Amino acid sequence: MQVPTMAEMVAKGEQPDILFWVGCSGSFDDRAKKITKALVKILNKCKVSFAVLGSEESCSGDPAKRAGNEFTYQMQAMMNIEVLNGYDIKKIVTACPHCFNTLKNEYPELGGDYEVIHHTQLIQDLINTGKLTLASAGTFKGKKITFHDPCYLGRANDVYEAPRQLIAKLDAELVEMKRCKSKGLCCGAGGAQMFKEAEKGNKEINIERTEDATATNAEVIATGCPFCNTMMTDGIKNAEKEGTVKVLDVAELIANAAEL
Amino acid sequence: MNISVLLFVIIAIIGVSFFAYNIWKIKFNIGLGLPEERSDQKGARLKTMLLVAFGQKKMFSRPIPALLHLCLYVAFVITQIELFEIFTDGVLDEHRFFRSSLGGLYTFTISFIEILSVSAFIATIVFLARRNLLKLPRLKMKEMIGWPTKDANLILIFELILLICIFTMNGADEVLFQRGASHAEMGTNGSFGFSVSSILGPILFDGLSTDSLHIAERVGWWGHLIMVLGFLNYLPYSKHFHILLAFPNTYYSNLEAKGKFSNMDSVTKEVKLMMDPTADPYAAPDPGTPPPSRFGAKDVTDLSWKNLMDAYTCTECGRCTSSCPANITGKLLSPRKIMMDTRDRLVEVGEAKRKNGKDFEDGKALLGDYISEEELWACTSCNACVDECPVNIDPLSIIIDLRRFLVMEESKIPNELTGMLTNIENNGAPWQFSQNDRLNWANEE
Repeated sequence: MQVPTMAEMVAKGEQPDILFWVGCSGSFDDRAKKITKALVKILNKCKVSFAVLGSEESCSGDPAKRAGNEFTYQMQAMMNIEVLNGYDIKKIVTACPHCFNTLKNEYPELGGDYEVIHHTQLIQDLINTGKLTLASAGTFKGKKITFHDPCYLGRANDVYEAPRQLIAKLDAELVEMKRCKSKGLCCGAGGAQMFKEAEKGNKEINIERTEDATATNAEVIATGCPFCNTMMTDGIKNAEKEGTVKVLDVAELIANAAEL
Repeated sequence: MNISVLLFVIIAIIGVSFFAYNIWKIKFNIGLGLPEERSDQKGARLKTMLLVAFGQKKMFSRPIPALLHLCLYVAFVITQIELFEIFTDGVLDEHRFFRSSLGGLYTFTISFIEILSVSAFIATIVFLARRNLLKLPRLKMKEMIGWPTKDANLILIFELILLICIFTMNGADEVLFQRGASHAEMGTNGSFGFSVSSILGPILFDGLSTDSLHIAERVGWWGHLIMVLGFLNYLPYSKHFHILLAFPNTYYSNLEAKGKFSNMDSVTKEVKLMMDPTADPYAAPDPGTPPPSRFGAKDVTDLSWKNLMDAYTCTECGRCTSSCPANITGKLLSPRKIMMDTRDRLVEVGEAKRKNGKDFEDGKALLGDYISEEELWACTSCNACVDECPVNIDPLSIIIDLRRFLVMEESKIPNELTGMLTNIENNGAPWQFSQNDRLNWANEE
């Protein structure tokens, strides 16, 4: 798979239009790596001039900040900003809403000013400008798809429409859960919960959310966040519905429909 | 000056002064918070206030309570016109002072107030039923046991009494007017023509003698005044203070993206020093620098003034808690309780500081004595509570500030998170993977 790094680009005297911030999940989590690859396929197909940081990338610091450890967060942020500013990065795309939020909203105060977009926004732009076309009778034509709003994309940054418009491009039937958009229920992973057991309660949050999703009778639960993907996939396994319901990232849906 | 004018003036002065004193106390308490810049973007702030507080925008995501609440809200705002007349009459020893000069407009205004008052009466009864008969889950949670429930019912009962006073006053006066005995126009027979009391008055009061009617009218008039002043002075002790603070609180809303958590400048300073190879670790700080502050919040005085204003603005409606994923799934966290605890602790701290001087410490704290670690660690930082609040309260920023204290000052953090943080510090990812392997996925099939 052709994935140029910033170091290689600069060695060749080139500067990409956009940096793809892969994130820790996208780099290391087996499920999330598939999302990363789907996005790279789309970027390559559309001949987007991009690069990744590769081994120069490091955790954005989001989980540290949400866990209350501002020291670890700021050390991460400042190191990353050194690297990003060193490469004169202007625009960043990421498939992780947590990285998206941190880079977009929290890095500026530490000296990191970039235009940061979520991958669904980039893909939407590629389709709208005619750079990406989807096969007419796509795999998802007529299928029921529901979209689970990641908190750090939706409520935190008011991005609700980009992923939905992409689903609409699939000729699929978008079915909304009873709690959606600004009223969407969290998957349970935010605020560093991804890395710890939940506190004592009577139910897991991802089970509650998966029930919202399965109540729509959708065949696909679409997400735009690697953490949400994990949580919803676990919820579907718990409900023993792996055979009938798939949890897919919007990038995977589009890559599939574009026959990539 | 006759005795009733004197009595009126005394009651009004006592009522208003005591209220002013309580407002001063609340202002003092909010002033115990740390500074936070919220005076920029005046246009955007005004717009937020007009939409959210004045226009009730966020209420309407739940239409039934929104409509009921709108009845009370509009009636409350418009009734102030009638209150203005009561004050004028009271001071000048007049009766319906504005009627002769305003004519038809007066009849229209009072008629409008009466219709709104009927809708408010019905809404209040429905609210009482929702709390006490239907037992709505969000109004019956743990943190609502005791005073909060009593407080809510008291407010509704006060409102009923106030409305009864208005109709007693206008109804009795209507019958008096029909008998040619109203002080508004002594000797003339007629009807005020007010929308509700011209019908309701004769039904309720026709059986009374003229003397009794005069007494009933005065009971309504004085009752209205005393209820208003009483209510005004009840507000600072009650969750109902939101009717005043909703306006400034929405004006000073956070206008940034909800996902943006505050940057801790004190930490930035330390981290920069740490990362600067030329920094002298033993250098004495500049003589002018203030002593290092606490990292995060342990008590209410470590929170910002806006957090504290939020706490006083909360009317305990519980929309935050009913949308909180942690609470929905049975965890201990309730964002409403976070706000109530912050307010209760602030009242306690403020009281103690006024009594014993501003440096007084009572050995208690918001963290630990009011809010437990278990509550804080249940939060997913999803912003549902922030999004839900009809008056733009932000429980999340308090939760995060308390977490910051726990983690950075006390090193109290769930075990798994210690591992996560160590991984980030050692290998730049929350899991134990080498940073050099970050691009391995590109070569995997």
